[in-house]
Amino acid sequence: MRAFATSRATTSRLAMTIAGALAIAATPLFADEEADLVLNGETEMVVRTAAPDHLSDTLDEIYSGWVFRNDDTQVMQADDFDNPGMIFVDQAMEAWAAADGSEGKSCASCHDGPESMAGVRASYPKWNADAGEVRTLWMQINDCRENQMGAEPWKITGGDMAAMEALISVQSRGMPVNVAIDGPAAETWEKGKEIYYTRYGQLELSCANCHEENYGNYIRADHLSQGQINGFPTYRLKNAKLNSVQARFEGCIRDTRAEPFKPGSDEFIALELYVASRGNGLSVEGPSVRN
Amino acid sequence: MRHFTRTLAVLALTASPILTSPVLTGPAWAEEVAPADVVFDEYGAVAKSLTGVPGDPAKGAEVMASKKIGNCVACHAVAQLSDTPFHGEVGPELSWTGEARSEAELRGILVNSKKTFEGTVMPAYYKTTGFIRPGEGFTKKPAQEPLPPLLSAQQIEDTIAFLMTLKDQ
Ligand code: HEC
Ligand code: HEC
Repeated sequence: MRAFATSRATTSRLAMTIAGALAIAATPLFADEEADLVLNGETEMVVRTAAPDHLSDTLDEIYSGWVFRNDDTQVMQADDFDNPGMIFVDQAMEAWAAADGSEGKSCASCHDGPESMAGVRASYPKWNADAGEVRTLWMQINDCRENQMGAEPWKITGGDMAAMEALISVQSRGMPVNVAIDGPAAETWEKGKEIYYTRYGQLELSCANCHEENYGNYIRADHLSQGQINGFPTYRLKNAKLNSVQARFEGCIRDTRAEPFKPGSDEFIALELYVASRGNGLSVEGPSVRN
Repeated sequence: MRHFTRTLAVLALTASPILTSPVLTGPAWAEEVAPADVVFDEYGAVAKSLTGVPGDPAKGAEVMASKKIGNCVACHAVAQLSDTPFHGEVGPELSWTGEARSEAELRGILVNSKKTFEGTVMPAYYKTTGFIRPGEGFTKKPAQEPLPPLLSAQQIEDTIAFLMTLKDQ
């Protein structure tokens, strides 16, 4: 157990905010927040870096959720043989080549091998000029399924979708997240930002209350991260499957005793763009391992 | 709900001599202050007991430690509750609160801490309206205001009683 501090705790909000920032490295028993992630002994991953300009008012550094996980979980993600999320990548490889829908096509019919997806995960969500909308990766996958293959769309938070996102993400692992927030995406981004700072539910908590003001602190047994999504989809030891961004948002808002927005709603698309952009500069990690 | 409480309040007034008697412990006759009727002073403190019934520190300790009740240790470390694992770090340690705070201050912090600490992350435990997209517990379903408060009036008095026992040993 952590030892109790001997000096009387201060109560000012400012002090709390500072404490939140300083708490990094304060709990070596649970997680090594100084550790570096080298994937498969060769690819150096950026798990901490300077915050993007649009966050300079609030954060100096951004951190991958990996930094806040305990040693065992960290190690599990460092090697693809130990990463349980990689099983789903293999499954998606089969789906990639399997024809589905009225057009008799597979992903491979239009895109060759999955390597052709290098860089994709790093830049999504992004503005799609033809459709005139901000598109997340899962929206693009379902657009291909419906409009190119004539197949049923996958459930946004379902297993098929998470596995395909993992396969596509793997092609960008180690590349920096680089999501555009200007131009036609700006309006959606602003909307996502507003949601990020809104205090929902009977507990009146915003994403920022936990992931900006208190990352590095424990909330009961949970070690709060910055709530970054560079590691998605994440394999969670808790439910032994791949978890999607939209399901995580839903869970976090539910936990404020609120009625969350629905996965796939305009609100959550905007939030996904905004949260992704907070991770600009971190390496794409998906599928990551979390508890 | 509000109506019911008001009726009780009227009854309690007519029965006021009995109320002051320490033998009376059942909340049924107490003068319970409804969430909307709580009066804060300019610093966010609440002088008047929510029930008129003295708090039970043992029950207050349970409120603070139990995940199903107040779950205060999710955010606060309390040395005197060290039997309960996993105390949080989001709020200040409360192991000396009985020396540092008055009952009125604690009541204000529990009822609605935002009146004491502007913008704090600490939830309001005796507030029933004015939420954004309130849900029915953790079910994801929408809920109609007024919501039941997170703690009952007596649970708040019990918690205050426990907090007042927290002194540097
Ligand atoms: C009451 C506190 C709380 C609030 C409010 C909250 N979260 Fe979380 N969130 C957590 C906890 C606890 C975890 C698990 C530990 C961690 O990764 O931070 C978590 C995890 C996450 C993760 C997974 C990070 C990873 O690396 O696996 C994301 C993404 C996330 N939250 C986003 C959000 C967003 C977006 C919001 C607002 C819509 C939000 N959270 C609101 C507590 C909260
Ligand atoms: C989500 C986090 C959270 C929860 C849950 C929470 N608190 Fe707090 N609490 C705080 C924070 C943060 C502060 C410091 C106020 C500030 O500056 O924001 C605080 C301040 C306090 C203080 C004032 C300490 C002082 O002397 O200045 C008391 C007393 C207190 N809390 C009691 C409780 C009790 C009792 C419960 C449960 C019924 C509880 N808290 C639940 C976060 C929390």
